[in-house]
Amino acid sequence: MSTFSINRRGLLKGSAALGAGIAAPTIFPSYAWAASYTNEPTGSSVTLGFNVPQTGAYADEGADELRAYQLAVKHLNGEGDGGMLSTFSSKVLKGNGILGKKVEYVTGDTQTKSDAARASAKRMIQKDGAIMITGGSSSGVAIAVQGLCQEEGVIFMAGLTHSNDTTGKDCRANGFRHFFNTEMSGAALAPVLKNAYGTDRIAYHLTADYTWGWSQEGSIKKYTEQLGWQTAAAVRTPLGAGDFSQYLTPVLNSGADVLVLNHYGKDMVNSLTQAVQFGMRDKQVNGKDFAIVVPLYSRLMAQGAGENVKGIFGSTNWHWSLQDEGSKAFVKSFGQEYGFPPSQAAHTTYCQAILYADAVERAGSFRPSAVGAALEDFEFDGLGNGPTLYRGFDHQCFKDVLVVKGKENPTSKFDVLEVVEVTPRAQVEYGTDLLGCNKGPFNDGA
Amino acid sequence: MDVILLQLLNGLDKGGAYALIALGLTLIFGTLGVVNFAHGALFMLGAFCAVSLSAFMGLEKVTIDETQMTAWGTPLEVRTPYIVDWFGSAGEFMLDFSVPLSILLAIPVMLLVGLIMERGLIKHFYKRAHADQILVTFGLAIVLQELVKAQFGANPLPQPAPETLSGAADIGMALGFDPHTVVYPYWRLVYFAFAAVVIAAVFAFLQFTTFGMVVRAGMADRETVGLLGIDIDRRFTIVFGIAAVVAGLAGVMYTPILPPDYHMGMDFLVLSFVVVVVGGMGSLGGAVLAGFLLGILQSFASMNEIKSILPGIDQIIIYLVAIVILLLRPRGLLGRKGVMET
Repeated sequence: MSTFSINRRGLLKGSAALGAGIAAPTIFPSYAWAASYTNEPTGSSVTLGFNVPQTGAYADEGADELRAYQLAVKHLNGEGDGGMLSTFSSKVLKGNGILGKKVEYVTGDTQTKSDAARASAKRMIQKDGAIMITGGSSSGVAIAVQGLCQEEGVIFMAGLTHSNDTTGKDCRANGFRHFFNTEMSGAALAPVLKNAYGTDRIAYHLTADYTWGWSQEGSIKKYTEQLGWQTAAAVRTPLGAGDFSQYLTPVLNSGADVLVLNHYGKDMVNSLTQAVQFGMRDKQVNGKDFAIVVPLYSRLMAQGAGENVKGIFGSTNWHWSLQDEGSKAFVKSFGQEYGFPPSQAAHTTYCQAILYADAVERAGSFRPSAVGAALEDFEFDGLGNGPTLYRGFDHQCFKDVLVVKGKENPTSKFDVLEVVEVTPRAQVEYGTDLLGCNKGPFNDGA
Repeated sequence: MDVILLQLLNGLDKGGAYALIALGLTLIFGTLGVVNFAHGALFMLGAFCAVSLSAFMGLEKVTIDETQMTAWGTPLEVRTPYIVDWFGSAGEFMLDFSVPLSILLAIPVMLLVGLIMERGLIKHFYKRAHADQILVTFGLAIVLQELVKAQFGANPLPQPAPETLSGAADIGMALGFDPHTVVYPYWRLVYFAFAAVVIAAVFAFLQFTTFGMVVRAGMADRETVGLLGIDIDRRFTIVFGIAAVVAGLAGVMYTPILPPDYHMGMDFLVLSFVVVVVGGMGSLGGAVLAGFLLGILQSFASMNEIKSILPGIDQIIIYLVAIVILLLRPRGLLGRKGVMET
């Protein structure tokens, strides 16, 4: 019979061996391949990683993102009608892939959960050899995956993520965001709210209890209080609460005359529907008509909430009814492919894929630091949002912001929002010191 | 005072849903001895009966209007529901009342689903450990969810209450408060009344019919009833079907309150189990009592006044109360001796 015992010497030897084993993969490649970078494409094709929610509460938005990516890949490879490639101000993309390499892709399911999103992104980088990861549909997910891409040394092109923190305190050198943020939503919405509801209002916030909700609550509070509004209360609600009635009833007697719903996706559909059921749209408080505001609108969400969105203000990154050449080309291309118009999620992800490919062409290399440098302070037009700047400091795009309203007389089931104002870019720009971004250096990995 | 009244009302409609689900769970547990983790999925299936009926009634005749174009360059499609095309205003009325009308669809569908579930799967697990029963019913719940997701997508599908019932009642006025202080949606009041009627009907059925008497006898002593020459298994199968119908109806009528999605059953299931345990395993009255009690407590816990002292209390209140009650009364509020103890 043998006994298992540990002595001090054995433990030290074991730990040393284990330590060396764990460190080896990180030590050796960085010396052996110092000239190279993570997943450098060597063959005739290049692989992109599309990381979108295919299950969970944001699955429908994720499905639309994936459709847009697939369309972008077609256009990059010279198939289809080319979509926004023909209206894009940069003309280096020729429809022969990226740097002559055919574009291929792999997909991952984020499940709208940070840990699942990191796992699927990691799989696409380490196993499938993805040179770039793109996707999102939740700020929690985007921030987690952005951090991973920084560690792994690949570029992350964020999809739909609206929290300030994505390009604020959680910004990373390898991460880039085309979508707008809550700061811009606040700046764009405030003048419209002032015109519609005046300066003497009392707001009551219901807020999704995670990074995006906090960010939006902060931004809307900041801008409405500058108008002279008061904030009666800001109540945090758990993500996916389902029934919001117990959070809505206190609003009725709080003295507030505006309800701000910092909810997204399924939560927004539920809380708005229930607020309307409690008669909040027909109510009068302090001698004024009670108002509901949904700062981040999406057409898919508005469709989900049906009749209840009529007349309610919010902001959006892009809408298919825009009449500029880029938007028209994209709606035509997407509509003919799938039979319905693209959502703002589809638009931002299509743009991100095109912007990445364009930056690689201009840099002449897939090396993350070179691609990143090509994107930094890049000015472009023709992608549906007017003249746009990819700011080098925090990798945030600056462009016009749309203020929209639930349409009173929709002509089709997609025609649920109308654009009431295109807020010019100058009005939503902010200083580099506002959100505390310290992105650090690029990481080429390998 | 008005705030307290409002939260009480809130608790009542939510409590109604908990009570209906918990009632079915307890019925199944009391008769068949099975812990049915697929019960939330039955609630969800009921809700999707309403979705299906309104989708079916909403089937549209498509005519192509060549004179108008969509934004992507194809001719515009003009859609009118067939039912309006055929029946005119009667058709519009049916569309408007699609949720209450769904009850007529849900009763046979859920009964059938319940019978198939019991005969096809659950009966094979009577003699096995509770853990096996939980695993197989939980697995079944996942299968049902994924089927619904594959058919209807992942986004919630709102079902409007009938136009006449979509507003809110000014209850405060009737009770002498200022106008507009205590308003409550009509449909939630309807839901509470509906839950009360269904609960009363189930109790009456068990109390006043011969069938119910036999079932109650079977719950008390299955073996003796069997020895008397009564085929108790067949009756218990029907009880399973009834429990499925109760859960399904709870789901149908809940759709205007909470737009249904494939996952809604799971959200209610966990709480309903707490309700059953707090009420006392196998006690029908306990399930109903605990359902309303926990619904009301959860409502009060999310008041600002309470949340500002104890943040996050609204998330855990139900479990906190469950712990306290189980410490003080290990068999639950109305639990009987000997249930799940041998």
